[in-house]
Amino acid sequence: MLKYLFAKEEDIPGGTTSLFFGFSCIMWFIVGTGLGSFNAAKLAFPDWFTHYYALQFGHMRQVHVHTVIFGWITGAFAMSAMYIVPALGNTKLWSEKLGVWNCMSWNVGLMLALSTLWFGMTSGREYSDFIWPIDLYIALCMVAPLFVNTFMTVINRRTQGIYTTNWFFVGSFFMLIVVFLVGNMPEFLHLTGLNEALMTWWFAHNVLGLLITPVAAAITYYIVPKVTGNPLYSHRVGHLHFWSIVVFYSTPAAHHIMSSPLPEWLKSFASVEGVLILVPAVAYVCNILLTMQGKWAMFVENIELKYTITGVLLAIPLNMQGGFQQTRAINWYVHGTGWIVAHAHLALLGFSTFAEAAAVYYGMQTLLRRKLYSLSLANFHFWMLLVGFSLYWVSMTIAGLIQGAGKIYEVPYLDIVIAEHPYMIVRWIGGTLVFMGNIVWLWNMYMTAKHGEKIPHGILPHEVAYVR
Amino acid sequence: MGFREYRVGSILFGVALSTSMMITIYFPGLDISSVSSTSVALEKQLTYGKTSAFDYGDLFLHGDDKPIKVTLKKDPATGAAIDEVSAYVFKPGTSLPSGLVHKHILGAAVQALSASLGKTGQVSEEKGGVFLVRSSIKDGVETPYIEFATATRGWSVNATLAAADQKILAGSGKTMFIREGCWWCHTLLPEGTHDWQSFGRPPVLGDFNGESPTAFGSDRKAPDLLHVGSRNSSREWMTLHFFNPRLVQPHSIMPRYDYLWGPKDANGKKIDLKKWDEEFDAYREGDRIYPPEVPEPPADSEARMLIDFALNLK
Repeated sequence: MLKYLFAKEEDIPGGTTSLFFGFSCIMWFIVGTGLGSFNAAKLAFPDWFTHYYALQFGHMRQVHVHTVIFGWITGAFAMSAMYIVPALGNTKLWSEKLGVWNCMSWNVGLMLALSTLWFGMTSGREYSDFIWPIDLYIALCMVAPLFVNTFMTVINRRTQGIYTTNWFFVGSFFMLIVVFLVGNMPEFLHLTGLNEALMTWWFAHNVLGLLITPVAAAITYYIVPKVTGNPLYSHRVGHLHFWSIVVFYSTPAAHHIMSSPLPEWLKSFASVEGVLILVPAVAYVCNILLTMQGKWAMFVENIELKYTITGVLLAIPLNMQGGFQQTRAINWYVHGTGWIVAHAHLALLGFSTFAEAAAVYYGMQTLLRRKLYSLSLANFHFWMLLVGFSLYWVSMTIAGLIQGAGKIYEVPYLDIVIAEHPYMIVRWIGGTLVFMGNIVWLWNMYMTAKHGEKIPHGILPHEVAYVR
Repeated sequence: MGFREYRVGSILFGVALSTSMMITIYFPGLDISSVSSTSVALEKQLTYGKTSAFDYGDLFLHGDDKPIKVTLKKDPATGAAIDEVSAYVFKPGTSLPSGLVHKHILGAAVQALSASLGKTGQVSEEKGGVFLVRSSIKDGVETPYIEFATATRGWSVNATLAAADQKILAGSGKTMFIREGCWWCHTLLPEGTHDWQSFGRPPVLGDFNGESPTAFGSDRKAPDLLHVGSRNSSREWMTLHFFNPRLVQPHSIMPRYDYLWGPKDANGKKIDLKKWDEEFDAYREGDRIYPPEVPEPPADSEARMLIDFALNLK
């Protein structure tokens, strides 16, 4: 990587940025899920690894969250954007050099951000935990170059229109900058009290709603038509998806703190807007699943579609939960329980991770022009992710319902802790499976880069997946 | 190809995003900012200071740059006996909370009373001072306000600290609460629908003015702590529980916070955590009748700050 930092633009081969982002996001995924597994172990077995300041659950919990959000998920978004946006514009990336620098600033910044957080320097605001100098760095040195590169690539495209995927990429990276600069105003300007609380959750809601959900969807808008060969079922429904994301997804932030004493009008407004999230959600899921018409066999046969469609199918329970669990009728029962933890993992480890893994698998093969080293290992990785995630999701959902019942019937808290304990152990096992699967993935990708069979030009990776 | 044919779309995008921020940030912000502080909010600001998170005065979250809460039984200026009162001591240079720096934090009525009766206009950060939370009843309406006791009663910082019956480091303790991630499991937000019996009164709209950060938590894996000091006021219990929660709650999954004691205990004796562990394991196996002794935390230790914070949550 270092040799490209100071190379001339024309000397950097196309796809370099994307490959660098690809390998770094897989490595961050391993770190993030490893931390997650360790954290889960601490909750199941609290006397494991004691006395160490840095290895306390309270220090590591948010490092896990930010490693997977900014290292893995957003890193994988950057990886996909750097090859999908040029491909859809029938052009090359605006600046590979900027991209390579961006990848470096991304990894350096993330290391800085996570280590300061790990050693206790925090803003004390969930999801915007990074201290404000780091927030500025993320917005200006990590996300802004990414936005500029994708935006300029779209401007310099050689196609007539702009495909749905690119709308999402460019729009979401722009909104991410806005969300970072506006959502961290309590730190920049020292805003206090409930204003600070509302802004904290505005940030938390929008960093998920305006980045992770739409970009993961954007990836599937590319992968599914590309691999199946079917055109997207409806470009117009894709537009409905985009616009309803901007309008409905950016407004319900307050539904995260329904139990706080915010103004009641705001809670009601947020709750109604929260249900309207189902508009983009239903539009999206229908659009993708209808694109699969006549090609459903590929869901079983093709590794990229196996990942993508699993992700899309997981988006159905995700959105049904998300739309309704924030209404007052349901929120009072599940708020602050493991149900929410399960839901968050359904969004990040279920829906979006599966979509991104597909993009990373597909992109790596296309850019390296090499077949996967081992399809069996990729399938093994798929099942490790799916089984690990399912164990996690089911166990935390059950734990959450137990907590909710304990909460409303005012059961002494320690009894709830005892009742939850088996599920805490299952959650740890699930997380560990995901972690181990990812190690296999990295090895598979490394071997693909080194020893994968060459794919002839003019042929897509999935067309030769079973050719020996 | 340019972006020309997408001009309308781009404009609409900007309009949609700005309108969304207007409705979800600006309007609620106006509404929230017009709320008058309760006495709880005043006490919180004076206890915790400017902020409990990363700041110039406390870059590494060691609990620096925080006020000290004291209880007084005699007047620091005259030495005469008084009814027990809590005072908040800001040593010279300690950062002041928002409510003392900006005019629009406390709410109009509270701000007016604090300025007129409380003389908070004379406060300066360089000189520090001593503060009280008081209230005034007019036409049957009780309004809390901040009194700058250094101006109104001549209570100096040093005299107040010398006369203090008890020093409570809850301001530094909240920093520990944030840094150690206590709030990942313990919320500070009893819910209005059902938490009254177990965890006490839920907070109201004016309870948060000037607090930074609010950090009331979102994922409750442990009891709510907003009123924990009213349920359990035992310093001994808290000390045991922070050192090793399994000493008092065998099924607890809370981490141990024994490393907050520092290298030595209150008597200057070195703390040997490894030996303590072996003895505790022997106790759990039934080889010992009593668990090992928990060392007393030094007066300036982070453990003491955290314990003070928990006990101060009334």
